[in-house]
Amino acid sequence: MFREEFDKHNWDEVLSGIYAKTAADVERALNKNKKDLEDFKAMISPAAAPYLEQMAQMSHRITRKRFGNTVQLYAPLYLSNECQNICTYCGFSYDNKLRRKTLSGVEILQEAEYLKKQGFEHVLLVTGEAAKTVGVDYLRDAIRLLRPHFANISIEVQPLDEDEYKVLVAEGLYAVLVYQETYHKENYKQYHPKGKKSNFDYRLDTPDRLGNAAIHKIGLGVLIGLEDWRADNFFTALHVNYLEKHFWQTRYSISFPRLRPATGLIEPKVVISDKELVQLICAWRIFNEEIELSISTRENEVFRDHIIKLGATTMSAGSKTNPGGYTVEAESLEQFEIDDSRSVTEVKQMIEKNGYKPVWKDWEQFTMV
Amino acid sequence: MISNENIMSDPLIIAGKIFSSRLFTGTGKFGNHNVMEEALLASGSELVTVALKRVNTDGEDDDILQHLHHSHINLLPNTSGVRNAEEAVFAARLAREALQTNWLKLEIHPDPKYLMPDPVETLKAAEKLVKEGFIVLPYVHADPVLCKRLEEVGVAAVMPLGAPIGSNMGLKTLEFLQIIIEQSNIPVVIDAGIGAPSHAAAAMEIGAAAVLVNTAIAVSGDPVRMALAFKMAVEAGRMAYCAKLGTVKTFAESSSPLTEFLN
Repeated sequence: MFREEFDKHNWDEVLSGIYAKTAADVERALNKNKKDLEDFKAMISPAAAPYLEQMAQMSHRITRKRFGNTVQLYAPLYLSNECQNICTYCGFSYDNKLRRKTLSGVEILQEAEYLKKQGFEHVLLVTGEAAKTVGVDYLRDAIRLLRPHFANISIEVQPLDEDEYKVLVAEGLYAVLVYQETYHKENYKQYHPKGKKSNFDYRLDTPDRLGNAAIHKIGLGVLIGLEDWRADNFFTALHVNYLEKHFWQTRYSISFPRLRPATGLIEPKVVISDKELVQLICAWRIFNEEIELSISTRENEVFRDHIIKLGATTMSAGSKTNPGGYTVEAESLEQFEIDDSRSVTEVKQMIEKNGYKPVWKDWEQFTMV
Repeated sequence: MISNENIMSDPLIIAGKIFSSRLFTGTGKFGNHNVMEEALLASGSELVTVALKRVNTDGEDDDILQHLHHSHINLLPNTSGVRNAEEAVFAARLAREALQTNWLKLEIHPDPKYLMPDPVETLKAAEKLVKEGFIVLPYVHADPVLCKRLEEVGVAAVMPLGAPIGSNMGLKTLEFLQIIIEQSNIPVVIDAGIGAPSHAAAAMEIGAAAVLVNTAIAVSGDPVRMALAFKMAVEAGRMAYCAKLGTVKTFAESSSPLTEFLN
């Protein structure tokens, strides 16, 4: 279990270790052939800030070699905003007074039809955590409904048990995104005071359960804005390293959600600048040449236009973050504000203008479902 | 004078099919499909791999396939994305139906990080697919024994790697490739790792039947020109192989201190 590896590291020591990195450490890291976790610390440290352009060029070169001149596109499909967790940063938080909505089968298909027309083949299903209404049965039914319409289905929902994941994998589920939000165990409790999500360890063990369930891809990440992003990303890298060694047939992706304004939310405790986020993304790419890096519509147009050349491989476009947001109930409350509200066509044109090819389909189910 | 006829009389034959080009290419990683099409035409390639997972298999007009409708281009669907023999067989049948060809690049790399081919599953799948009538070209490590085993189950050619896929590192497995070529009764196509025309020429010089190049063309600054460069390098390398290279001498000939007493 990753937990054993995690327990060997102390947050404060990691943090001071990162801040103690020097220009010499950064140069050694950048010039080394295979990068280790100490090199990753150097590349995300303040000492690496002057090396940003050099890191960007490395990241650009490595990404193109591995992924070519392509950007994978996907669309989030919010199925429900019902949630029994209190999360101090989330619009769907239980204590947030808003009209709750869970899509019916007919409504799911209506939303799916809209996304298909836009060209999407990869879709990410999102829910809050409400075991009675959006438990594993609901998710299984949703995947069963959507399988014939999309090449690739992922979920971003509450952590499930291993057997439950197995059920969904057998239905054709491709990936699960499960962000730890923060690896700061003590402060995690403050952000998640109530609900099943307040169990730090159960969430931390989730990728192990997913690996055991033979999922194709696991998406990791932290919510940037809660705790020091450098330390949190070190722990994410530690997690990925562990997982790659134990579940070597699984693919991994990293996301970089920044805390965005939403109704009833706390203010970010730490703010990452655009420069620092670029540094972080480039550091990830140089550290792990094969990992997928995903950028959502939380980021603004200018940032997204440029990040394609800096290491990102996957993007959402034309997103709505409220259940039914595409066609069923456009006005329901969203999880967070979208910053890049361009249409799918506009995003596609932007990618092409950058000399890249939007990829709609990169998966085929090669087993009987 | 060497006539063009001499060059042309050295065709590559795989499973009874004659190829005048020994450069196989791929369709991944291109920034746009028009450039891809132009590059493939410039390369002169007659066998082009397509990842089945990338194309629409449900009968809709596919974005990639539209650009491959040229009479000299044969499609070689690949099974990229499968993790074991069972999935590979499933993919092969799907490919045969969707792309109307029984040619197949069998690639099983359950490790998504380095995309290393799984020798056990590949052999299992190859055996089954040959029996089902597929023309199987398996992507494998530069493993001489595995290549012989694959030959025995009836694959049409073997495709050992020069270096990890997409790495552009060249012929890192050179010693093993030479053994494979020496021992093989079927064409050996060097696949993966070829990052520059000089690598492709080197592969041909050691006697490879053909090379497969994708990344090096697709992500170069000018894919069309690079495709042409690879075409020329492959032709030059083949011609050099046929002309027999001079021996590389590792010692001087003028004196023989150890055997002089015999004179």
